[in-house]
Amino acid sequence: MATMNMLQAVNNALITAMNDDEKVMVFGEDVGHFGGVFRATSNLQQTFGKGRCFNTPLTEQGIIGFATGLASQGSVPVAEIQFADYIFPAFDQIVNETAKFRYRSGGQFSCGTLTIRTPYGGGISGGLYHSQSPEAFFAHIPGMKVVIPRNPYQAKGLLLASIRDDNPVLFMEPKRLYRASVGEVPEEDYQLALGKADIVKQGTDITLLAWGAQVEIIEKAAAMAEEQGISCEVIDLQSILPWDIETVCSSVEKTGRLLINHEAPLTAGFASEIAASVQEKCFLYLESPICRVCGLDTPYPLAHEKEYMPDHLKTFEAIKRTVNF
Amino acid sequence: MKDRNHLANIGLVHQVNVIENGLIDIPMLQVLQPDGTLHPQAELPNITQQAALKILHTMQYVRVLDERMVAAQRQGRISFYLACTGEEASTVASAAALEPQDMIMSQYREQGALAYRGFTSKEFMDQMFSNQNELNKGRQMPIHYGSKALNFMTISSPLGTQIPQASGYAYGQKMAGLEAVTICYFGEGAASEGDFHAGLNMAAVLNCPVIFFCRNNGYAISTPSEEQFKGDGIASRGLGYGIRTIRVDGNDVLAVYSATQKARELALEHQCPVLIEAMTYRLAAHSTSDDPTSYRSKDEEGSWLLKDPVARFKTWMQSKGWLDEEQNLAFIEQTRQEVLKELKLAEQVPVCPIEQIIEDVYDTPPWHLKAQLAELKTHIDMYPEAYPKTSGRS
Repeated sequence: MATMNMLQAVNNALITAMNDDEKVMVFGEDVGHFGGVFRATSNLQQTFGKGRCFNTPLTEQGIIGFATGLASQGSVPVAEIQFADYIFPAFDQIVNETAKFRYRSGGQFSCGTLTIRTPYGGGISGGLYHSQSPEAFFAHIPGMKVVIPRNPYQAKGLLLASIRDDNPVLFMEPKRLYRASVGEVPEEDYQLALGKADIVKQGTDITLLAWGAQVEIIEKAAAMAEEQGISCEVIDLQSILPWDIETVCSSVEKTGRLLINHEAPLTAGFASEIAASVQEKCFLYLESPICRVCGLDTPYPLAHEKEYMPDHLKTFEAIKRTVNF
Repeated sequence: MKDRNHLANIGLVHQVNVIENGLIDIPMLQVLQPDGTLHPQAELPNITQQAALKILHTMQYVRVLDERMVAAQRQGRISFYLACTGEEASTVASAAALEPQDMIMSQYREQGALAYRGFTSKEFMDQMFSNQNELNKGRQMPIHYGSKALNFMTISSPLGTQIPQASGYAYGQKMAGLEAVTICYFGEGAASEGDFHAGLNMAAVLNCPVIFFCRNNGYAISTPSEEQFKGDGIASRGLGYGIRTIRVDGNDVLAVYSATQKARELALEHQCPVLIEAMTYRLAAHSTSDDPTSYRSKDEEGSWLLKDPVARFKTWMQSKGWLDEEQNLAFIEQTRQEVLKELKLAEQVPVCPIEQIIEDVYDTPPWHLKAQLAELKTHIDMYPEAYPKTSGRS
């Protein structure tokens, strides 16, 4: 096994997919010769040619419209949106076109081979427009899958599964982990199942749930809580849609408590959906109200980034409040 | 690295030089004069009697279809309809210049192109009534046709979204090494959407074999084209994007046929996009929900009635001795009967079973859709009379 950071794992997954299937094409703003602003697509154009890895004009709605049409033709596009904050010009294409392509044609046409990759999230001093976590918007659209890895091993396995899944997938990469998260990654081809959560650590008193870069935050908070004798079960959701309600609910039935952490603003964030579903399924098992530790309902700030973030300390305090309810 | 200095090729002036609108003159290809006689200098496309007859019959077919469907909507039998009256030459003759393997990405006023490909009256009626035979399983409003078998992409309602998709589809055809192009139809109103810019720019830069076919029909619902765009129509935009461009008389079958044949040839030969702007007029209302008398005059419509594309082409065919009037009238009558018959049959057919509501959202329904369906079915069983379309059918 090789040691890779998350960017190298993404790059390795793309190389694996392009070697495996010549219909796989990778494109977006600056992804060609330059290899993308984060270098996730480094050397692809040199290896696979300008036909299969290329720059596009600066047009997110164009990239997704083009990718949707390309997928409907039978190709396997992996389109990059340079920052998740810039996905909104493509919102109409994703919501009204990509997600509904198969449904509206009664299954005659499909753009299911499409994967959209985009770096998301804060913690890199990116301010309002380089820090957003828009997963909840896309979780609200029937027809899309939404997947988020937390380390290089997951990044490769989940990205390959996303590229080969017969549904359009939004693959969100936590950019503050791009170089920070390093780990063992098999060089061979492998896939991790979409729609499955990962139990990172077993525990008995409270279930802590997060995804992407926030998983290490809840792990850190769990370690602090354990020192005070609180046993935490830590779960990485991995897929936002469809999400693994079974794993989450069986954990909550065991621990009786649930805390959900995400970077996006609190109101109508994906934690709201999880909380509503879990209270419906596990009402009689709950020992305390489901707790959400999330970003503030403000735009993502620059100077107050640290204050805004649902960090390990806020999570630690929330764990104590929930356990002592 | 090659020299990318664009300044190298720019001519110089030494006084302020303002380029004004009107300096670019994009002429319009016309083969048949409005009275149906051949223009003396016109180059006739290579067209057989058989092809001409198929074009004429398809135009007459969609005219009958439009008449019947607007009437059916007025009778409350279907909820909505969009007629293409006045624009038949643009869509039918362009489709006739293509090959069956070429993908059609349509906006919503191109039933002529679909009919030319062989979409049957039964298929039209099944779509209009959203019944269980409908190819799209009754998921969209009337006129949102689609047929995988005929290479006609299922239409969606948002305007202009098919434009960048067509660029992508054509790029895929190119990469697969196919001898095929994509044609993308839209109106001049849709050319105001961001997707138009995105789609044309990407097609130009990425060398996609796509024909952008703009039906400049004068109105976007009630908004006349002078309130829709400034400058010399949509054709000049093509030039701005570095796209080969043809402007054509959209009411002239032979001109549209020639232009589209040429566009296809260029798209394949150079693996590039081509823009066609067809200058035409929407004689019908925008849709059955529209009332054109509130925004345009009878005189204006009358002047375009004189340029009726169907009559114009028919006159030319008659001059060639290619049309038997008696047979032609019999064809129209037979079409009327056929459409009426299929309409009556289609309105009796039930909608799809309720299980299909969760199909095709994903390749297979995930847990949450299955759970929601189970709950819905239990509810329908409790109140069967409230859900007559689906109760007692599973």
